[in-house]
Order: sequence, then structure tokens, then C-alpha cells
Amino acid sequence: MSELIRKDASELSGLLESREVSAVEVAQAHLDRIADVDGAVRAFLHVDTEGALNAAKNVDAKRAAGEKLGALAGVPLGLKDILATKGLPTTVGSKMLENWIPPYDATVVTRMREAGIVILGKTNMDEFAMGSSTEHSAFGPTHNPWDLERIPGGSGGGSSACLAAFEAPLAIGTDTGGSIRQPAAVTGTVGVKPTYGGVSRYGAVALASSLDQIGPCGRTVLDTALLHEVIAGFDSMDQTSINAPVPAVVEAAKRGDIKGMKIGVVRELGGEGYQAGVRQRFDEAVVVLQSLGAEIVEVSCPSFDYALAAYYLILPSECSSNLAKFDGIRFGLRVGDDGSRSVEQVMSQTRAEGFGDEVIRRIMLGTYALSAGYYDAYYGQAQKIRTLIAQDFAKAFSQVDVLISPTAPTTAFKIGEKLDDPLAMYLNDVATIPVNLAGLPGMSLPIGLAPEDNLPVGLQIMAPAMADDRLYNVGAALERALVAQWGAPILSSMAGV
Amino acid sequence: MSEAVISYDEVLEKFDPVMGLEVHVELGTNTKMFCGCSTEFGAEPNTHVCPVCLGLPGALPALNKIGVESAIRIGLALNCTIAEWCRFARKNYFYPDMPKNFQTSQYDEPICFDGYLDVEIDTDEGRKTFRVNIERAHMEEDTGKNTHMGGATGRIHGADYSLVDYNRAGIPLIEIVTKPIEGAGKYAPEVAKAYVAALRDILRNLGVSDVKMEQGSLRCDVNLSLRRTPQDELGTRSETKNVNSLRSVERAVRYEMTRHAARLLAGERIIQETRHWHEDTGITTSGRSKSDAEDYRYFPEPDLVPIAPSREWVEELRAALPENPAVRRARIQESWGLSDIDMQTLINADLLDLVEEAVAAGVSIEAARKWYTGELSRVANEREVDVASLGITPATLVRIEELIVSGGLNDKLARQVLEGVLAGEGDVDAVIAARGLAVVSDDGPLLDAIKDALAADPSVAEKIASGKIQAAGAVVGAVMKATRGQADAGRVRELLLEHLGVSE
Repeated sequence: MSELIRKDASELSGLLESREVSAVEVAQAHLDRIADVDGAVRAFLHVDTEGALNAAKNVDAKRAAGEKLGALAGVPLGLKDILATKGLPTTVGSKMLENWIPPYDATVVTRMREAGIVILGKTNMDEFAMGSSTEHSAFGPTHNPWDLERIPGGSGGGSSACLAAFEAPLAIGTDTGGSIRQPAAVTGTVGVKPTYGGVSRYGAVALASSLDQIGPCGRTVLDTALLHEVIAGFDSMDQTSINAPVPAVVEAAKRGDIKGMKIGVVRELGGEGYQAGVRQRFDEAVVVLQSLGAEIVEVSCPSFDYALAAYYLILPSECSSNLAKFDGIRFGLRVGDDGSRSVEQVMSQTRAEGFGDEVIRRIMLGTYALSAGYYDAYYGQAQKIRTLIAQDFAKAFSQVDVLISPTAPTTAFKIGEKLDDPLAMYLNDVATIPVNLAGLPGMSLPIGLAPEDNLPVGLQIMAPAMADDRLYNVGAALERALVAQWGAPILSSMAGV
Repeated sequence: MSEAVISYDEVLEKFDPVMGLEVHVELGTNTKMFCGCSTEFGAEPNTHVCPVCLGLPGALPALNKIGVESAIRIGLALNCTIAEWCRFARKNYFYPDMPKNFQTSQYDEPICFDGYLDVEIDTDEGRKTFRVNIERAHMEEDTGKNTHMGGATGRIHGADYSLVDYNRAGIPLIEIVTKPIEGAGKYAPEVAKAYVAALRDILRNLGVSDVKMEQGSLRCDVNLSLRRTPQDELGTRSETKNVNSLRSVERAVRYEMTRHAARLLAGERIIQETRHWHEDTGITTSGRSKSDAEDYRYFPEPDLVPIAPSREWVEELRAALPENPAVRRARIQESWGLSDIDMQTLINADLLDLVEEAVAAGVSIEAARKWYTGELSRVANEREVDVASLGITPATLVRIEELIVSGGLNDKLARQVLEGVLAGEGDVDAVIAARGLAVVSDDGPLLDAIKDALAADPSVAEKIASGKIQAAGAVVGAVMKATRGQADAGRVRELLLEHLGVSE
């Protein structure tokens, strides 16, 4: 196995900058790794060998010509298959878009291409980003590199698995209720959901527009920050994008100094319902933070108890509308158009065959929740909860700088274990959902292995809007202390795939 | 298909009509409401499209600021309150002409609300002002356009297949909705027409739309219900869609009143439904029933941020509004020196803009009025269309007047020229050349014709010679007839008197 695939993005950046390695060599090493292990991991839905090597060649040519390049020029990346890529399949994990090739690039894709990042391919995901295990992908599940019989989290399981399997040092995910952070937690990687509006959503196939956010994934806090800086910032194509300077995330990731900071532990996100090993590692991490000079405060956010319920009204409502465009008329799958059926019949048959069960379940829930006579009781009430949750956060942040909790209640579960129990599946996101509802940034980073199953545990950091830099500052401090304690990054304790 | 109706007088004896008018206006912005695509009319199908207006996965809307500005200006011109804060909403329903299967519109938070428009109508007691209250004016996007191929009706049912053109999808629309229009009584059809005409004037005057009803840039839906007395609750309404000329608005209201009344008198219920207006036969037919399609599951559009027009901006726009059409009319009447009746004739026939346009192009006020109220109105009436849609340009009238003044045409010939232009035979000069319509200006043939006429009735010559010059008219008429109108009547008269040695 080439040593290059073990390197972090920031290390590769240095080697590329000093021209010790070429971008083509780096890309080829990762493509070889994908060829070796992805048959077992199945992180990628589509590998773009030619495009990746061409992009790498371009970077090498520019560097040879003495052009000043960004820090990540020549560094490979796995792209969640929810982002539109011109000329490359974008399936969103659904049969509905199995053969759809977008005519345009998402804004983040454009920014990454301009920064010289080499896109290796498109990563697997739960269909339309609905799920917490990647089992709902129409193209089969992704397997967790820590244990191939287990799930890699979801919906962005492909992105987190490709990092843990050393198929790519960086990945892009999207996070509507935890789809970046929960996969990061169960694969021992880092993932950040930026402030809502911090990264343009243009070109990300919408699940729930008011909750969706694109974010960076990496194996270290610094790598994640480097990618964050490339993709973030105002975009006139997304009206919800924030027109303000990007928080100094890279600087914060390099600083990692939390002396004198106030860190709040959210009482409602822990305790009962959380696996013992998750609780244990979380409590130990709190002690580490304290030892680094932070003041730990317990805070209460009582409305968080209603977050999951509110989320599962708002998300289906918005997705029932967002997914209405998949009707077989203009793009994607069309079923039953043999001249004998009406347009309604063709739409209906296309949707019945093109969507999986979880997608249909949420469309129906949302259609019902928005119906005349039910709107106030469901969507209206859920929006009120959302306001209360934002108020809980505001109150908490008047006392502390950041909040922390376990990212997910359990470590990676077995493939198939929760597939027939939607409610159990939904509970995976109980701790990650509140920041989505409030539009705030959150990070998950590894804090060790649960003693009972030797699987990674993640800690979540939450910050006020546009204070994404605080996530990186706290994350970097904790990561540095833990790696020192372990003697090596957590992924080095993983048995090879 | 045609349903029973009763006489209009009988409707009025027994019922009180209530109307609601919904007008959709396509704004004349250069680009669409939520993307940078062109709004130009008549382009090749599906060429003015992009990921946003095609609703491709991942695309997001970006609001057109000129669209918002136009909406506010319309609201101000209609005496509306401008919202301090409002949002877009999604109106969800499936239809092939809707790229996203929801229309981005406004629901319970319109940008303009609570306005009014005063319109004038002729009543038995003379000219009266009638106030139409405006419920709201809100922003939305247009849908694509379906063309149903095959089948007899041109409608989706029975068609072999349908073609969809998304060029129109995303063009900014303003929907202006009245409150229930009550108390119009027998004048309901006239009030409806006057309202749409006045609204069109205001919109054109604001320069926000080309308001061409025949191209669909201004479309009217007519809601109508009847009740026994003005004290009763509102009756069940029908919604007649896409009534696309002023004349049709009036006719559709009248027709629906007689249809509703016939049903009610027969003890039947009115079905709440959309109805299609048939311009040719002047009736409506049943469209889809609304009961199965009315739940649009509106919710606030999460991809757009709320709109909060600053009060300073609103006041700036208010201060910059153009002259109100009513004020403009008073000014025109004075500067043209028209009587109330002459002015009203132009307004009632919806000719003021056309005449003004012609005058601006150089036609004399008298001639412009004469052509529009006379020959052109007659032809329009014959064809059952609006005068505007005849497509006579000011340049045509300018040329005709030039030729009349120079003696190249007379009135009768000019009418034939117009007939040729209307028939698509080319411009004025082309029609004259093709039809050989120039005035006979050579005195020789005219004098021959005069002599022939005098020979046919020698007594006339004596009468004229004895001073009864008015008898010359008969000779001039005979000459005109003989020359098939291609003579200059004035010149014939001169020649006649000269020939007889009589002076006036």
C-alpha cells in the first residue's frame, strides 16, 4: 500500500507544494486504493478515473509553470453523490436519477475545481439523503471500514467510509439532521456542518431546504478546516447564503487553545438512551477539556426533547415539495410511457418505481402534514418548536462559548439491524438535529473507542451562528490532547480493510 | 355542450350578481423572476431555459429585484398598503407545465394589499364612478405552456400527445385580486370591463408590462355568483379562466349571469368549478371541478428569504409614479379640445391609447379620431375583435393622411387602402400599387365624365347655371360613381363649375 494514502490532506499539501510528489501520483495512489478495497467498502457509486487524472495533470502543469495554487491543489476528494457535477452522474442514491447527468456544477464543486482539488468520484448515500446508515441507497449499502458488517452512518456513509478506508483524505457531505456528523462519529473521522447559509447550497439536490447544509469531512480537524475554507462564502445563486466574511476556521484549527473558554454540556443530550461506552468516552473527553483550561458548565435546553418530533414534521413537509419535481417529465427515470397511459399515470408509476420505501414514507408524511386542516397542528407547531430550540441555544450561548454532547447515541450498528424500524433509525439523529433546526454549526470528532465493541465514538461541538471557528479551535485542542494520549490518530488502531 | 340560459332582464329581476376578478400580468422585466433567462416572447421553444427555471435537481431561485419593484409600484398605483415584511410560498400541485411541480407564489403574506381602483361606467343616470376594492396584489412565476396535439378540442383530454415549452416558465407575474364586487347590479358586465380596462391603462402607464391580452401578458379570470338579494350570503361561484379581451370580459360576465340564473331557477345547484370561455360562441363550458384539486399545501418558500421593502424605498417609488391615467385623460381632453362626449367615445371604445399613439406619430387629431371611431371600429366589430388587435400601425395612418392631403387619395379610396392593409396585402403604398387605387388626377377623363353626366340629365346644368349650386352634388356623385371612386371629389366640383362658367 502506497504511503501516500495514509497522509493527511495538510501533509499532502506540503509534499505537493514542495513538488516531492505530483498530483498525478497522489491521485493514482488513491485510485489504486479504491480499486483494491472499494469492492468491500462500496463507498463510491462512481469513480471518475479519467477526470481525476486530468484534474491532477492540470494542477501539476500549473505548479510547473510557477502558478500560485491553493493549499489543497492536487489533494483528492470523495464527493457525496447529492452534488450536481457537470458531465458526471449524480444519482442521489436513487433509481430515479440513475442515468441523470447534470448540465451544471454545484457552486461548491466549481469552487473546489478552481482550488485544484481532485474529485475522485461520487460517494454513496441513503436515497435522497434520507437515512442514518446508507442502507437506503438504491445501489446497496456502504460498509464501515472498522467492521464491514456494520453501517458507516448516514446519509453520507460513503463520504465518511472513504476517509476511514484511506480511499480519499477529504470528502464532502451534506447535513440535514446529522448526515455529516453521525457518519463521522461512527467511522472515527471528522465532519462539520457549517452555519446555515455559510456554504452555498446551489447544486445540492434538496432534501429539506431550511435544514440542508453542505460541509467538509476529513480525518483531522485541520484538514476539515482547509476544505471548509475552500467551499464557504457568499454565493448570489443561493439566497439563503450569508453575505459576510468566512469565519477564520483554518487559523482556529491551527490555534487549538481553549484556556479560559466556557464549555456547556447539554443535559438533554446524554444519559438514558446512550450506549455506556459512548457515555464513558464522552465523560473522559470532558475531563480532558477541563484539563486544557476550559470551564465546564452543565446547561439545560429543555426544548431539545421535542427536536426529533419537530424535525420529522418539517423535513418530510419540505421534502414532499422538493421531491415533487421527480415526475419523469423532464429528466431522470420515466416508467410506463408506452402511449397507453395518461400523464398522471406515468408520473405516478415513475414515482412508485423510482423511489424507495423510506422516500415514499417521508413524502407521504409531509404531504399529510401540509394538508389543509392539518398544517397548523403539524407544520405550524413544529415551526414553533424550532423557535423555542433557537431560544434555548441563544440562552445557552449567553452563558457558554460552545456546547458539547455525544454525536450519536450508539456506535455503528449492524447492517440490517434497524432497517425495519424507522423510529429506531430516526433516534440516531437525536443529538445532531437541534443545530439543524436552529441553523447553527456543529462538528463531530473522534474521542476514542467504546470499550464494549471497540468502535469509534464521536463528540459533538456546537457553536453560535457564524462562529464556526470555535468548533475548530475546541476540536483542534481536544484532538491534539487525545492523539497525544493515544500515541497515534485513532484510525491507525483500525484493522486493515 | 351549451347550457340553458335565461334573458338578462329576467336575471336582474330575480338575482343580484357578485363578481371577483383575478388578473394575471406578465411583467416586462428583461429576465425571469428567479433566474437570468430572457423573457422575450416568441423564441424557439425551450431555448430560454436554465437549471433554475427547468427545476433541475439542486437548482435554487434568486429573486429578481426589478420584479419586486414592479410589484410595489403596481400596489402603489392601486392605492394598496405595501407589506413591511412578506414571504413567498410554495403552491404544490402536479402538472407537466410546472417544472418543480410547485409554483413559487405568495399565499397569506402578499406584498400589496387593501387597495382600490375607481372606474367609470355609463349608467341610465349618466356617467358614474364605481369603486372596485382590491384584496391583494402578489408576486408569482408563470408556468410553461402546453400544446396538446391531436384530438378535437385542443385540450389535454383526447389529445394524442402534448408538447411543453418552458420558455414561459418563471416569467414574473403579478396577480391582482379584487374583493367581491357587489352592488354593480345590471352594470356588472360593464364594471368588469371598465375595471380590466382601467387596470390595463394603469399597468401600461407604469411601464411594467406590455399588457397584451391577445399574447397573454394580461389574463383575466372571472368569478361570478348570484344571490337572491344583496342581503343574502354569497352564492356558489364559477371561475371562468383566461378571458382574454375586454369585450370577452363583459360577455363572459353576462353569459355566466344568465347561465347561473337558469340553473338556480330550475332548482339546480351551481357547481364550484373552473370554466373555459369560448370566444367564438360566447359561452363557457365546464373545466375541471375544483373539489379534488384545491389543497395546494402552501408553506413558506424556504429557498428564498423574506422581503422587507424599506419605507424609504417605498416612498421613493411612490414619488416617482407616473401620471395617473385619469389625470392624463383630463389633460389630453383639454389639449385636444374634445367635448365630453367625444372623449367618452374614445374611452368607451378603448381607443384613446391608439389615437394618442397615432397623433404622436404625426396624424392629425381629427383624422386619427375619424379612422379609429369609424372605419377601424366597424371592421373590428365585424370581425368581433378589439380594434387594437387589428394591428394597424400609426405609420399606416400617417401615410394615408399624407396622401389625402396631397390629393393622392380620397376618403373612399383610403378605406379601400385600409381594407388591403388589414387583409395583409402589404403597406399603404404596396396596396395602392397592387390595387391601382390612385386618385384620377388627370382632368381630361374627369371632364369627359362630367360631360357624360350632364348629358344624361341636362336639367341639372341649367339649375346650376341659374345659381342653384347645390345641384352640383348630383353630378359629382355621378362622376364619382363612373370613376369607381377614384376621383378627387373636390376637383370634380371645381371642373364642373368651371365647365359651366359658374363661380361660387
